[in-house]
Amino acid sequence: MSAVDNRERAKKAQNKLSAIGPDIDLNTYSAQAKEHGKVQKLKELSDEVKEKSISVGIDAEEACRSGSFFQMDHSVLFSSACQSGLEVMSSTEALEKYDWLSDYWWKAVKVDTDKYTAAAELHQNHGYFLRALPGAKVEFPLQACLYMTREGLAQKVHNIIIAEEGSELHIITGCTTAPAVRTGLHIGISEFYIKKNAHVTFTMIHNWAENVEVRPRTGAIIEENGVFLSNYVCMKPVKTLQMYPTAYCVGENATVRFNTILSAVEGSHMDVGSRVFLSAKGSRAELAARAITRGGDIVTRGHLIGEVPGIKAHLECRGLILSEKGSIHAIPELEGKVNNIDMSHEAAVGKIAEEEIQYLMARGLNNEEATSAIIRGFLDVEIKGLPEHLKREIKKAVETGEREERLM
Amino acid sequence: MIEVKNLTVSIEDKLVLKDVNLHIKQGETIILFGPNGSGKTSLLKTIIGIPGYRIESGRIFFNNMDITELAMDKRAKLGIGIAFQRPPAVRGVKLRDILRICIEKRGYFNEENLNELANKLNLLNFLERDINLGFSGGEIKRSELLQLLAQDPSFIMLDEPDSGVDLVNINLVGKVINELLEREKMASRRKKAGLIITHAGYILDYVNADRGYVMMNGTISCSGNPRDLLEDIRTEGFEGCVTCPR
Repeated sequence: MSAVDNRERAKKAQNKLSAIGPDIDLNTYSAQAKEHGKVQKLKELSDEVKEKSISVGIDAEEACRSGSFFQMDHSVLFSSACQSGLEVMSSTEALEKYDWLSDYWWKAVKVDTDKYTAAAELHQNHGYFLRALPGAKVEFPLQACLYMTREGLAQKVHNIIIAEEGSELHIITGCTTAPAVRTGLHIGISEFYIKKNAHVTFTMIHNWAENVEVRPRTGAIIEENGVFLSNYVCMKPVKTLQMYPTAYCVGENATVRFNTILSAVEGSHMDVGSRVFLSAKGSRAELAARAITRGGDIVTRGHLIGEVPGIKAHLECRGLILSEKGSIHAIPELEGKVNNIDMSHEAAVGKIAEEEIQYLMARGLNNEEATSAIIRGFLDVEIKGLPEHLKREIKKAVETGEREERLM
Repeated sequence: MIEVKNLTVSIEDKLVLKDVNLHIKQGETIILFGPNGSGKTSLLKTIIGIPGYRIESGRIFFNNMDITELAMDKRAKLGIGIAFQRPPAVRGVKLRDILRICIEKRGYFNEENLNELANKLNLLNFLERDINLGFSGGEIKRSELLQLLAQDPSFIMLDEPDSGVDLVNINLVGKVINELLEREKMASRRKKAGLIITHAGYILDYVNADRGYVMMNGTISCSGNPRDLLEDIRTEGFEGCVTCPR
């Protein structure tokens, strides 16, 4: 589809409501932000920015990272790859550089999905382009940070991630706001293209403020023997968050795993799902979600669509209700369109069993220690295939978030 | 060490223990027999302090301190330990996590020490597993004993440590119980005391206990040499205890 077509379709969808989630009046957010100057190294960022970035897994020292991208409001401050075979730049720059990129633009996510995709097309503010060339394998993850500093700003980014044939790419993305920001809107389009025999892990940590609204729109196309492992963590307050990333297994033996970890305090509304179309023989999908409410409302969704024989998929959702207020609504969906498929789900929502707390108390833990050990364990999703340092980032984000929310 | 005085306990308005008296001294190990539902487990759970076991009357003393109203974790910290018969699975909490916490509570920790303890109970491969999740009956018993080794309590309660344990492992279970209770030491040098519930009595082949009691309908009805009591129960059944003049 041409750029003109995309714009036309976006214009028509400007007022199209999202299929799910509360509607947002886009006019209440500002589209303008002052330009921020580039930096030569992430170390040059202010201590405040660095500190906030650390909370979402972004290391300003760039140690153990194979490249970095940093966008503040609408300005790309930094983009660099420190390993051959990797490309890191803003997606607008990439569009200028590569004619072929238009073939990928709005292919995994439809431009007219809703008013948010339309807004991202019509008023895009950069976003990142990450690409691993054929056969390139990164040892350390690429990091990308989307940072908002202006109160009331709407940030609309479009990210493209391409793992060429036989490549291996690990990405950690952190999205957050400056400490003083309370209100804002973040629209993030992310399109993943995982070619034959490529392997991508994508870890996204969100740390928003209590009045920020967030609408990520994510699609991933996975070719033969490709692997896409996506981890999402949001342990901090947010006004509304609605996302339903969708993966398409189009090549034989394509594999997808979505892990989602959510914690909602009072005033936060999260509607987070993951969906996989298993359209090629031997494709596999696993969806795992852990949701905790301390007064907020969480809808946790999962949707598996088995379109050809010989696929296998499982969906697991567990929710813990830790306060009198708040709710968790688990909506697992299995859709089998042919025979000879293996799809299953399990979902459980409830409070912590008293018996488990008592059991740990008999070993000398007090009530709070026992509860916290159980919650930590509950949130500890077994993540296979993720490099150790990324596992540590997830663990850190989850445990810090959990501790801070508990003490609030 | 532990003294239970005139203890009457109810659960949801049903009396489960009636005027129970029991005194276990330092160095002693007591066996508690009794049919299903006689109140044995209720007694152990009341001593460790599980909420829901309501004390209608009576007191519990540990080393002369009245612990009747004390919270469970405080009792555990004082040195009371329990191996549950049917502990719950705790999803997400690894066996290694709880062992580490137990050892840390004693003031020092090293990973080697933890692995050594696990190896002793053939549970090295279980350290990264969620506690009790998918464990067999025998594995649960060994995991409970392992946790007690890590905790190192001075008064140890074991609820049916022999049930579900296969012949290969019962020897090991017996050995660890003897170690926990310092049975290999001279009586005068033992610092530990134990209360063991057994239904079938297999554990008596491995653990040499000092005294036995029979619990019937929430009351301790009989006491004596544990092997003699077991022999009587085997020949007469628990019905014999009801009519026994002893």
